[in-house]
Amino acid sequence: MGDMVKGNIAMGEAAIRAGMHIYCGYPITPSSEVMEYLSWRAQEAGRQFIQAANEGEAMYMVYGAASVGSRVLTASSGLGISLKQEGVTYMAAADYPAVMINVCRYGDGLGSLESGQTDYKRETRGGGNGDYRNIVLSPSTVQEAVDLVYLAFDLSEKYRNIVVILTEGALGQMMEDCEYPPVKEVPFYDWAFDGKYTHGPYPSQMAVDLHAKGMKNNEKRALITENEQRWEAVGVEDAEYVLFAYGIPGRVVLGIVDELRKKGEKVGIIRPISLWPFPQKAFDSINKNVKGFISIETADSGQMLEDVALYAKKKGFGNVPCYFISSPPGVPKSKYVLENFEAIKAGKVKEVF
Amino acid sequence: MAKGKKAPEKILRQVPFCPGCGHGIIVRLVMECIEELGYNDNVLIGKPVGCASLLDNNLAVDTFTGAHGRNGASMTTIKRLKPDMLVVSYQGDGDCYNIGFSETMNAAYRNEKFTVIAVNNGNFGMTGGQMAWTSMPGQKTSTSVNGRNVELSGMPIRVPEMIAHSFDTAYVARGALFTPAEINKTKSYIKKAMQAQIDGVGHSLVEVLSPCPTNWGLTPLASMERIVNELVPYFPLGEIKNKGGK
Repeated sequence: MGDMVKGNIAMGEAAIRAGMHIYCGYPITPSSEVMEYLSWRAQEAGRQFIQAANEGEAMYMVYGAASVGSRVLTASSGLGISLKQEGVTYMAAADYPAVMINVCRYGDGLGSLESGQTDYKRETRGGGNGDYRNIVLSPSTVQEAVDLVYLAFDLSEKYRNIVVILTEGALGQMMEDCEYPPVKEVPFYDWAFDGKYTHGPYPSQMAVDLHAKGMKNNEKRALITENEQRWEAVGVEDAEYVLFAYGIPGRVVLGIVDELRKKGEKVGIIRPISLWPFPQKAFDSINKNVKGFISIETADSGQMLEDVALYAKKKGFGNVPCYFISSPPGVPKSKYVLENFEAIKAGKVKEVF
Repeated sequence: MAKGKKAPEKILRQVPFCPGCGHGIIVRLVMECIEELGYNDNVLIGKPVGCASLLDNNLAVDTFTGAHGRNGASMTTIKRLKPDMLVVSYQGDGDCYNIGFSETMNAAYRNEKFTVIAVNNGNFGMTGGQMAWTSMPGQKTSTSVNGRNVELSGMPIRVPEMIAHSFDTAYVARGALFTPAEINKTKSYIKKAMQAQIDGVGHSLVEVLSPCPTNWGLTPLASMERIVNELVPYFPLGEIKNKGGK
C-alpha cells in the first residue's frame, strides 16, 4: 500500500519522477497545489520552477523551455488553460513537446470552484487557431493520474506533441493511496536548439513547404490515433446499453454498472482514458444488438457525447440512439444517474443523436 | 583609403528589408558583436513577429520563432536552462512595447539575464505603418490619419527609462544610426549589453532609433533627418544605466 496523497501533489511528484526539468505556471484553484508543491520540490530535486506573471506568460516560458529540449510541465484550470492557447498552437506549429495539466473547474467564463468536465471539446480539438490535436489523457484515480503524468512525458517526446492531462477539481483535491514510479534523470533532447546551429533553420514557421508539413501532420495524427487509444471496458459484449463516462464520473459509473450487472441487467461501460485519440477501437467489442449509448458528463451539454455518436457511426452503430445524462457540476450522484438511466430505458427521454 | 570590412560569417545573405530601413545595420551590428565576443557557436536569437521576422533563414545561428511580443517569456526559460548560451531577443517596438509590453516588463522586472535589442521605428512596419506606442504626437499613420492625438492615445512610451529606473536591471541604453559615429556608439552599447549578460550581471536592453522610410513616406535621407530633429529630443541617446561588470 502506498501513501495517501492529494491528487495535485501526486501529479507534481510524478512529473519530477518522469524527469521534468522545469515547471512554469500561474496559480489557479483547483490546480494550485501542483505548483505549490513543485515550488520547493523542483529545487530539492535539482530541477527548475518559475512562477510567471500570468498563464499566457507561463505558456511562452514552456515554449522557450521546449525549444532547448527540456521536459517541461505547466498546470492550470479552465480559463487559465484558455489563456495559454496561443502558446499551445505555436508549440504545435513547431512540433514541440510539453505536458499540460488541466484540473478542470466547471463553467464558462470565470467558471466556478466546482469540479467539472466542461473543457472536453477545447482539449480534444486543439484549443487554439490552426488545425492540430493534443494527446489528451484523463485519469479516474490518483494512482492513474500519477501513471498517466509519468507516461505523458514519454508520449510527448515520442510524437513531439503536447500531452494534456485532463482531470477535474474533485480528483486534484482528493487524497488516495498511491505508489510512485522510480525517479528518472532525462538528458535534454538532442533535436533541440544547442546554440551551435546544429539543426539548421528548424523550426522555421514562415518558410516551410506548407503542403508537405500538413501531410506530415496528418501522418503523425494517424499514427497517434492507431497507437495511443486507451480505455477500460466492462460488460460491453452482452450489453443492451453501453454507458460512456471518463474521469471521476467514469469511476462513479463503473460502480453503477457493477451494481446493475450483479442484479442481472445487461449494461456495460466504456471509460475512455485517452480522450484524443478517442478509443474508437472499444466499439469493436460491443454487442451488435445494443439498444443505446449513453454519455454521462459533468457538463451542461454533451461534449464527449458527440464523439460517442461520431465513432458509433464509424463503427457500424449509426442507427443506435445516443443519449445524454447531464450532471453538472461536481461528482455525479449514483442515484441521479440511475434515475436518468431508468428514464431512458423506459423511453421517456429522447435521444440526442 | 577606405578599408572594406568582412561581414560576420553567420550572416548568410542580405536580409530583405526595405531600402533605407535601419534593421539591416542593426542586424549587422548584433552579429558583429556576437562574433567579436566569441559566441558564434553558442548563441540563440529570439526572433519576433513583425519586420524582423525576415531574419528567418538568413542567419546561420539558432533562431527561435517567438510568438508576437512573447519573447520576454520564452527567452527567460531558454537562458535559465542554458545559462552559458548568449541569448539575444531581437524585437521591433510594436512587438516589444505594444503587444509584448507585459512580457518585456516582467522579464526586466525579474532581471532575467538575457539581452533585448528593441528596434524603435515609431510604427508597425510589417503591417503597413499603423500607430505604435512610440509614434510621436501628431504623427500620421494608417490608424492615426489625422496625426496621433495624445489626449486619446497617450504620449510615446519610453520603455528603456522605465526598466532602467524602476527595476534591478544591468544595462540599458538608446542608440541611433544617423551618422557613422552614432552607429559605432550603438555597437558599443550592444556589446556592453551582451557583456553584462555574459558576466551574469543581469538583464540588458538597447533601444535603437531606426528609420522606416517606406511607412514614414520619406526618403532615406529625410528619415535620418527626422530622427535627429523630431525623435532624439524625445528619445534621448546614450547609456541610461550601466551597473558595470563583476
